[in-house]
Amino acid sequence: MATTTTQLPGASVFPRLEPRLSSVAKPIQYVGGELNSTLKEWDCAPEGATVRWALMYPDAYEVGLPNQGVQILYEVLNERDWIVAERTYAVWPDLESVMRAGDEHGPIPQFTVDQHRAVRDFDLFGLSFSTELGYTNMLNALDLAGIPIHSADRTDLDPIVLAGGHAAFNPEPIADFIDAAVLGDGEEVVLAISEVVREWKGEGSPGGREEVLRRLAVSGGVYVPAFYDVSYGTASDAGAIAAVVPNRDGIPHRVRKHTLMDLDAWPYPAKPLVPLAETVHERFSVEIFRGCTRGCRFCQAGMITRPVRERSIETIGAMVENGIRKSGFEEVGLLSLSSADHTEIADVATGLADRYEGSNVSLSLPSTRVDAFNISLANEFSRNGRRSGLTFAPEGGSERMRKVINKMVTEDDLIRTVAAAYSHGWRQVKLYFMCGLPTETDEDVLQIAELAKRVIATGREVSGRNDVRCTVSIGGFVPKPHTPFQWAAQLDHETTDERLRKLRDLVREDRKFGRAIGFRYHDGKPGIVEGLLSRGDRRVGRVIEAVWRDGGRFDGWSEHFSYERWMTAAQTALQGTGVDLDWFTTRERTYDEVLPWDHLDSGLDKDWLWSDWEDALAVADGSSDVEVEDCRWTPCYDCGVCPEMNTEIQIGPTGQKLLPLSVM
Amino acid sequence: MAREQPEQQAPPVQRLRIRYAKRGRLRFTSHRDFSRAFERAVFRARIPMAYSSGFNPHPRISYAGAAPTGSASEAEYLEIALAQVVDPADVAAQLEEALPPGLDVVAVVESPGGALADLLQASRWRLDLTAPPEPTGAALARFWATDEVIVERMTKKGLRAFDCRAAVVRAEVVETRADGGAGCAIDLVLRHTVPAVRPDDVLSGISAVSSEWAPGGPPLLTRVAQGPLDEASEQIGDPLARVGE
Repeated sequence: MATTTTQLPGASVFPRLEPRLSSVAKPIQYVGGELNSTLKEWDCAPEGATVRWALMYPDAYEVGLPNQGVQILYEVLNERDWIVAERTYAVWPDLESVMRAGDEHGPIPQFTVDQHRAVRDFDLFGLSFSTELGYTNMLNALDLAGIPIHSADRTDLDPIVLAGGHAAFNPEPIADFIDAAVLGDGEEVVLAISEVVREWKGEGSPGGREEVLRRLAVSGGVYVPAFYDVSYGTASDAGAIAAVVPNRDGIPHRVRKHTLMDLDAWPYPAKPLVPLAETVHERFSVEIFRGCTRGCRFCQAGMITRPVRERSIETIGAMVENGIRKSGFEEVGLLSLSSADHTEIADVATGLADRYEGSNVSLSLPSTRVDAFNISLANEFSRNGRRSGLTFAPEGGSERMRKVINKMVTEDDLIRTVAAAYSHGWRQVKLYFMCGLPTETDEDVLQIAELAKRVIATGREVSGRNDVRCTVSIGGFVPKPHTPFQWAAQLDHETTDERLRKLRDLVREDRKFGRAIGFRYHDGKPGIVEGLLSRGDRRVGRVIEAVWRDGGRFDGWSEHFSYERWMTAAQTALQGTGVDLDWFTTRERTYDEVLPWDHLDSGLDKDWLWSDWEDALAVADGSSDVEVEDCRWTPCYDCGVCPEMNTEIQIGPTGQKLLPLSVM
Repeated sequence: MAREQPEQQAPPVQRLRIRYAKRGRLRFTSHRDFSRAFERAVFRARIPMAYSSGFNPHPRISYAGAAPTGSASEAEYLEIALAQVVDPADVAAQLEEALPPGLDVVAVVESPGGALADLLQASRWRLDLTAPPEPTGAALARFWATDEVIVERMTKKGLRAFDCRAAVVRAEVVETRADGGAGCAIDLVLRHTVPAVRPDDVLSGISAVSSEWAPGGPPLLTRVAQGPLDEASEQIGDPLARVGE
């Protein structure tokens, strides 16, 4: 390619970039130099082939740098003396034009921030997708890198383009653009992939990229979309998938997700990256467990990360101490899908609060569970007196809605919880809800107003003050693959907006409480695009490409997102397919339909998901009252993951306590 | 239950003045970026900082006269307040270890009291340009001979017009660039004024009086010294020098 022929592979493009950086906003985000970053020689392997990874979080640096997944893989890969891993992020449009304009050597290619090497020079280009809205940024990065955007057009000079992250559990919409996808925890599989690539390179790269992809695919743990043919139905229900079948010998029918067991053996990040630029998370985060078994039916993360695997109290304590000393962050977040559910969370909270008493180290727990226990934890985390706000997520406005989504919180639970919060000196409570849940009516959403008023009334009563506040934050529900709601119809954006407008009016017109209630929501349009990308199949790839060609970038940013652009692209790109945007989004699926991700195995038994969906509908119309408990505390309810994946729940309590650091 | 008031922090027992440099690619660090990085560095280095009082205590650091983003500097200054008396040489070593390469501590001395900002009256800059020396010298001479040169710059408060000539104490063309490349450099002494005149404003001013002249590619601006200005000799003194030295 013209973009790199003027330079040796692995050479820095920084001398070409530097004179132009003063002309772009926040140039610091493009120069690297983060504390704890790892800089390696291009040929670092002491013997044999060096395997080189460019890792990308396909969003702006300020969002991508703090991403735990990328930081962990960066560290795990670089620990091997025969692997080089560097990072790259999406460049803003101002730098994009500078790069495309280039210099006398041609355009300046997509580069890594570590050593400003061209992404195309690497063996593997791994992208982590937390959200589908990063797809256009991937196409832009590929194009800037000089890598053909379609996998079919790539040559042996191009890296293997690999997708991971939660969105990779349905990579079909980007099947034409990626060479491979990996499902689940990345720590072990990136090393396994590296081994395969090293061996193949050591043999002189026989058979080119086709052969290395074949070697990866036959393992059953790497999905290579090009090795599967998708056919579509021709009958009256034209449009649905007829079958997805391997088109080569030895390629498995289903590809399995990866599950990391014994998280204590993987205490990463151990060298947290500390940027010079400001980012969205200015704290050190420790993942205290992975997975969640609460059974909230809307929650893709909770379904695809099973089973629950805890880090022990001692590992958590050691990771916190190491992390703050290595990073200099004075704020620590204890991350997980439901942190208060850790079997030893009370001892963790007390132990850490004791250890850092009198210092300026502060602890935070993303608190989403609605019960009084959470308040005592929150109190422990704010011993030094800062009690600004607490967040709870009842998710559904009405009792009926909460039962449909299996969020087992009664209104009285919630009121008791906020009463405890306000009486302990908290002044602000934030409540998170969703709009557009299956079977939802206007009435269910308007219930949110009643709940918020009761919260304020309770707060005023128990605190004896009038300045308590409640913020209601509402997101639109998007049905996701591998959940019981994967068959559900998504609510159209007009109805979503109308419901939220009615709710807003109801809150605003209340003279007694209206001014104490804040109301935050987004319009329903971006959710429809997310819905298209979440449950789309390979035909949606053309839509993504058309949007990118029309200038679509940074779709997760409201100032860059254009609904009209997506609608136009969907209309033209899906012409002649017999399906359209509504077919992918607002249509309810049936049991018999082949879903685009059925050949990708998250461990969940499809029949269990279906019966859970039927239970949700039965609860909705009152014909049943079934609840799914958390298998962490109650017997197994046969979701299928443990036997299918040969895994098991790993939880405490260990019975250990955190000792003061001076004693250690 | 009423919220407890935050603990009052003890007053500082020692103040240290620090000179640091912004070098290489870290010249793109903005002042906000630097202050975050510095706060983390003092925490990592376990320097016994004094903290401000309040619900959200911050280490007590006073910054003075930061160079604009994108310009390199050998002479940036700040002052820190400490809760314990320490050896300045130890702090220098600890900070050097804790700061990323490119943000480099040059000197640490005990503060004699008074305001550091009052000592930072002028700066000496080196402006490396790709423009050839002769026309640059001619353009500079024309600029020098003009009493007032109005330039415009976009600031946070919108487009501002101001004179960039009065703040210039001295300006000379140097025949060679710091990196040995083609072009020349301008050795510039700028008085600190309100509104501040930056070295790039002076380049705009030179272009303004000589429309045929341009600095070439993006200039590399480096602050070489910052401190008290001796008006007679047009020299900049060391703001960290002990009184009487």
